[in-house]
Amino acid sequence: MDFNYNEEQLALQDTLRRFIAKDYGFEQRRALAKSADGFSRDHWRQFADLGILALPFPEEFGGLSVDGGNAVDTMLVMEMLGRGLVLEPYLATVILSGGLIRDCGSQAQKAALLPAIAGGELLLALAHYEAGGRYELNHVTTAAKPDGSGYALNGAKAVVLSGGAAGKLIVSARTSGAPNDAGGISLFLVDGNAPGLTVRNYPTQDGARAAEVKLSNVNVAGDALIGAKDQALPLVERAFDYAIAALCAEAVGAMAALNEVTLEYLKTRKQFGQPIGRFQALQHRMVDMVVATEQARSMATLAAVKADSSDAAERRHAISAAKAYVGQSARSVGQAAVQLHGGMGVVDELNVSHYFKRLTMINATFGDADHHLGLFSDMLLAA
Amino acid sequence: MDLNFTPEEQAFRAEVRRFLDAKLPADISDKVHTGKRLQKADFVRWQKALHQQGWGATMWPKEFGGTGWNAVQQHIFEEECADAGAPMQLPFGLRMVAPVIMAFGNKSQQEYFLPRIVSGEDWWCQGYSEPGSGSDLASLKMRAERVASADGEHYLVNGQKTWNTLGQHADWIFCLVRTSTEGRQQEGISFLLIDMKAPGITVRPIIMLDGEHEINEVWFEDVKVPAQNLVGQENKGWTYAKFLLGHERTGIAGVGRSKRALKQLKAIARSEIANGRPLIEDQRFRDKIAQVELELMALEVTNMRVLSAEGKKHAPGPESSILKIKGSEIQQMLTELMMQALGHYSLPWLPEALDADWHGEPVGAAYAAPLSGHYFNFRKTTIYGGSNEIQKNIIAQMILGL
Repeated sequence: MDFNYNEEQLALQDTLRRFIAKDYGFEQRRALAKSADGFSRDHWRQFADLGILALPFPEEFGGLSVDGGNAVDTMLVMEMLGRGLVLEPYLATVILSGGLIRDCGSQAQKAALLPAIAGGELLLALAHYEAGGRYELNHVTTAAKPDGSGYALNGAKAVVLSGGAAGKLIVSARTSGAPNDAGGISLFLVDGNAPGLTVRNYPTQDGARAAEVKLSNVNVAGDALIGAKDQALPLVERAFDYAIAALCAEAVGAMAALNEVTLEYLKTRKQFGQPIGRFQALQHRMVDMVVATEQARSMATLAAVKADSSDAAERRHAISAAKAYVGQSARSVGQAAVQLHGGMGVVDELNVSHYFKRLTMINATFGDADHHLGLFSDMLLAA
Repeated sequence: MDLNFTPEEQAFRAEVRRFLDAKLPADISDKVHTGKRLQKADFVRWQKALHQQGWGATMWPKEFGGTGWNAVQQHIFEEECADAGAPMQLPFGLRMVAPVIMAFGNKSQQEYFLPRIVSGEDWWCQGYSEPGSGSDLASLKMRAERVASADGEHYLVNGQKTWNTLGQHADWIFCLVRTSTEGRQQEGISFLLIDMKAPGITVRPIIMLDGEHEINEVWFEDVKVPAQNLVGQENKGWTYAKFLLGHERTGIAGVGRSKRALKQLKAIARSEIANGRPLIEDQRFRDKIAQVELELMALEVTNMRVLSAEGKKHAPGPESSILKIKGSEIQQMLTELMMQALGHYSLPWLPEALDADWHGEPVGAAYAAPLSGHYFNFRKTTIYGGSNEIQKNIIAQMILGL
């Protein structure tokens, strides 16, 4: 058992910290959020140069991972991206889609896609959730019907993170069975400019981008199928679990940064002739934030370590526990930070509200605290 | 970073299990598992068994007769002991006074007291709180006047201590006493070791809300304490007291015991029936179990993070306040849910049923009798060892600099 980062991990953390301090100031970020892409392609190239886009992939596909175990490395990156409220589509491209290709793609798909992701040339997004299915991963109504040597896809996908910028989409569709069946789901790689594909790009509450995706007779070739036909649900679950571990780490980074900002405010803002941090009511609330963040960090660490586990039950247990707990912590820390800032907590011009919004949206992404508490709770029946 | 146990750590766990299988007396673990009263003899018998194995003080360095185990080994040992139903090793000697004697006591104090603590020969209790000095501990008033007499220098001690846990069994008490009223109140406090058999000491029971005799008030009337029983320097006791509180708190996380309690809670929830089905199938109740399990999973990792970060540093830092706050909250949640699981069978009060040699017919399920009492009793956990509000003050001041 060892809780420490190694030298290389610490160096990487340091590099990212410097990048965020230099290139990710509040005004710079605000300008990026309003730009056409909603992020910076220059930053993305820097990420490629730093190697973080290659971090979770095997060496033979242009990656940096030696033994396949890497969620701790990506956790470290995500924590830093959380601190900086970074807008680039790291989660959608590298973690969620890249992780899925790495774990489930054919040799040919890995060879075609992973080096392109690692090199910063390809952005990917996973189009899985649908409007009527809330957070249920088995709810897929989008249909894939055999059509010549390939398939024709029809349906709609909801809130596809970073879907507008993606050069390619991974789309789940039903090749057999009823809308909520566990079996019968398959994954397809679809070009971002495929005929029949409509991508409605929009901003999200936290300054990032997502898209509603419609598929109307979108034709893909037979080799667009990722993993075995009808058998994609476990692959999708694993990919989301890996992404949830990353998202938990991002939340921890955002909470830690928000705590620093709030503590500084308590020490400098004066009322009644003294810094407001002298008041016990506020001190105790600040302590609650710190305790919640430390506990959330423990859960995120657990999630990162278990995210690489091939034992699906063990992995699911830790991931739902972490997402539920981190979601609760993110909510309480975010709300408290706003409260402690008083009026300054509810304005756009301070980063406090931006951290709060990102934390709130992290809770709502890939299953909120109630959803994962429910999954975790139901595991008690099996135990 | 790797949260998996190494093969060496797994082998160590197996060794602890083998020892517990062989040496933990079944009558004692039965009492622990069923919530029966433990007697002084049970605690002492277990401490002597551990001592015989060389494991009497797992949190002490080797030079003082401890095992010198690292944080992970201690964690494994505590977890296995709790799971097997070993009684808690009481903290007053091992975790509280011993680290102070090691850090600030003189050689003859170390040589006399430490072996007697680890062997189970001496039972220690704590003399900190006074009726007028609870959270504001530094305002304590119990006087110790240094006087010279024919048989050498000694202190004459007068005053009252309270909230003294299990002092009715104790051979020794460590006390904070006032040796000076000059300057800041923190600067006139000394740390004294007092023989409980000394003339002038009276122990009076305080019955707790569960009807049990766990705590006492201790009165001191012209008690003569040899001057060599002063630890460290006169008027420096507050420094030692703060050091001690840090040690108290690391033990207080109680992860191993809470894991056992969680297991018990789940078993009870499977056994109780609600709407014709096991209670655990009631989603509203099950979600509460799930919530406390999340808290405990997080605390277990936080506990390990704090312990391994401390490494070889001697005194745990203010981070241990986090462990105290979360650990005590979790213990309370668990006892509350166990009581709640009983439904109306949480009502009967049968203190006689807590005696191991009572063989009457239980009211309700066999496991029911102690559970409401535990809930009431465990309200103490957020109050003792520096209340959770005091812990928050400590974090605010020492960690956050507010």
